[in-house]
Amino acid sequence: MATIIGLPKLSPTMEEGVLAKWIKKEGEAVSPGDIIAEVETDKANMDFPLEDEGTLLKLLVKEGDTVKLGAPVAIIGKPGEDVTALTAQAANAAPAASAPPPPPGPAPAKPPAAAPAKPAPAASSKAAPAPVAGRILASPIAKTLAAEHGIDLRRVKGSGPGGRIVERDVQAMLQDGARAEPAPDEDEAEPEAAPAARAPAARPAPPPPPHPSTGEGEGDDFTDKSLSLMRKTIARRLLEAKQTIPHFYVTGDVDAAKLVAFRADLNAILGEEHKVSINDVIVKAVAAALVRLPAANASFLGDRIRTHGRVHIGVAVAVEDGLITPVVRDADKKGIRAISAEIKELAGRARIRKLLPEEMTGGTFTVSNLGMYGVDVFQAIINPPEAGILAVGAVRKVPVVDGDRLVIGERLTLSLSCDHRVIDGALGARLLAELKKILEHPAILAA
Amino acid sequence: MAVISYREALNQAMTEEMERDPNVFLMGEEVGHYQGAYKVSQGMLARFGERRVVDTPIAECGFAGVGVGAAMVGLRPIIEFMTWNFSLVAIDQIINNAAKIRQMSGGQFTIPIVFRGPGGCAVQVAAQHSQALEAFYAHVPGLKVIMPSVPSDAKGLLKAAIRDDNPVVFIESETLYSVTGEVPPGEYTISIGKGDVKRPGKDATIVSWSKALHTVVEAAKLLDKEGIDVEIVDPRTLRPLDDEIIFDSVRKTHRCVVVGEGWPVAHFGKEIAYRVQKMCLDDLDAPVEVVTSEDVPMPYARNLELEVLPAAKDVVDAVKAALYVE
Repeated sequence: MATIIGLPKLSPTMEEGVLAKWIKKEGEAVSPGDIIAEVETDKANMDFPLEDEGTLLKLLVKEGDTVKLGAPVAIIGKPGEDVTALTAQAANAAPAASAPPPPPGPAPAKPPAAAPAKPAPAASSKAAPAPVAGRILASPIAKTLAAEHGIDLRRVKGSGPGGRIVERDVQAMLQDGARAEPAPDEDEAEPEAAPAARAPAARPAPPPPPHPSTGEGEGDDFTDKSLSLMRKTIARRLLEAKQTIPHFYVTGDVDAAKLVAFRADLNAILGEEHKVSINDVIVKAVAAALVRLPAANASFLGDRIRTHGRVHIGVAVAVEDGLITPVVRDADKKGIRAISAEIKELAGRARIRKLLPEEMTGGTFTVSNLGMYGVDVFQAIINPPEAGILAVGAVRKVPVVDGDRLVIGERLTLSLSCDHRVIDGALGARLLAELKKILEHPAILAA
Repeated sequence: MAVISYREALNQAMTEEMERDPNVFLMGEEVGHYQGAYKVSQGMLARFGERRVVDTPIAECGFAGVGVGAAMVGLRPIIEFMTWNFSLVAIDQIINNAAKIRQMSGGQFTIPIVFRGPGGCAVQVAAQHSQALEAFYAHVPGLKVIMPSVPSDAKGLLKAAIRDDNPVVFIESETLYSVTGEVPPGEYTISIGKGDVKRPGKDATIVSWSKALHTVVEAAKLLDKEGIDVEIVDPRTLRPLDDEIIFDSVRKTHRCVVVGEGWPVAHFGKEIAYRVQKMCLDDLDAPVEVVTSEDVPMPYARNLELEVLPAAKDVVDAVKAALYVE
């Protein structure tokens, strides 16, 4: 029997996607695991793998169409099956459905059975509804919870009658830490949806931006461009971060002379191909500083603070029309050369939007560097659920008084943004001091 | 606080209101010289005299109608039915006159009348005398229906009912009359339409009222032993119903079981179940369960009578069904 295929959740925060490209064509045979399309989500272009077997009978959306999560995208079945009824059904399907639409009933050729239903006994019936093939049976609260926590109900095993997924099944999944996203390691940071989900009430949907006065007087010249999914996500998440996290900032100069020499030395040895950047050394330094001050490697989770046992550093990467923050896992345990290679590789794929969701979630601290644009100092917005972000400026030459002489020194300004719910002023200052110490004596990194 | 019986609480409520307002009077079979078939009006004839504590013939339709007429001309009658089973011969007066005249007269007449007496099953009084008729009366716009479960509620709500300018159906229980409980000192009333959480809990909400609530309390103790912590919500008034206290509880526990005496078809609990699924759908983990009497006329034999009534075990089973545990 032919079935409608809905758009699955391909990134932890996606609510809709743009069907970027059909890989399979109508009439092609497909089997589970086949990639049938490429979908632009809020984070990256993701492969859309199929879970079913059959023939793609009809593609319901065009390339470039925006599709809500769960909304019909294709019909799959046996070659030659009539899909008229299904196509009509798909056209009527609620576009906002969060689960794949139910499979259709029998073709309308056969009207619903007219036989009188057996009257239900007057006393409360204990009979549970029979499971419907292909449909996910879940209690309303189970669905509510799953939606709040970004859990894919298809991955939850139901313990209720007929396999119904009930609240305890979702709770068990939450406690196991397994999520819709590829499972992060146990002691990792929550994926980004988690803190908000723990306190849904604390996360009011941001109001739609006020429509700017168009002031359509003569001579006005402007261009409106609708938001891409990535811009929508950036807008939502950064607004939420800036509005809900009590940020404070500590800023200080680092004498970068040894750092510059250290990097030059390294590059002389490593050669052009494996050249490392100042930022690579800073990522390593931040990881090392967090190992020394583990209280800063933490997340605020509403009713508790989680201190992370591992250090995963997010590195902000500018991409066309936005920003992506791939994560270098266990940066404290990796060498500068390895970190450098990893950042290059991740940033490269970020720019062509080919990162996997797990490669851009789970960070415990972030480094953002605008030095290459000649910026001296700036303050960054924290990337929740992390508790801090380091903003790095450019290394610049400055006049320095050395005894009675004026000499040319090199300075780098660091600005640390901290979540005051987790990191107090003194801890923020110690973290900055630790970074300064490491960067002014980079040989520590080899110790 | 004083500990008194449900019977004494009702007696205090009527006595206090009759002291307070000379327009209030009590009328019914055996309320005066016999001091009440269940001794609820003990001492009231001696205190207030025959003009205000009036014995009637065995003629419910007649004295219910006299009560409606008295209310129309400004008195505040309390009409006692020896049991609510006997209200069936007076139901035309209650539904067609008491509940309608205020609306049909364009507000020229108010009907400040209380019909009261025991409802539901007692012990072995057989099919015609063991009926829980609250759903009949809760069906009717123009009536208020009150079913207190404990002495303090009985007193505060009966006083509020007597002061209310609308007809009130006040349903007591023969087996509750000797139940005792703490009653606040001094003068108080309880707002009609306001429920009460009788026991806080987190795993499931049980909504119950009147006598059945005591069965639920018993069931809650059994469930406690199995680590299941139920919240018991007593609406106290069926019409108007305190929706929010029920919804608040269900939104917390995600499961709802309604327990009440009476036949299952069109049982008042089904109305509660409807409202809960309508307003708390996304909060529910299981269908709302409704525990009722069996769908039969009440048998006389004690063993069968117990089978027909909702029992603690039935409540335990329903709560477990809502929790998906065996």
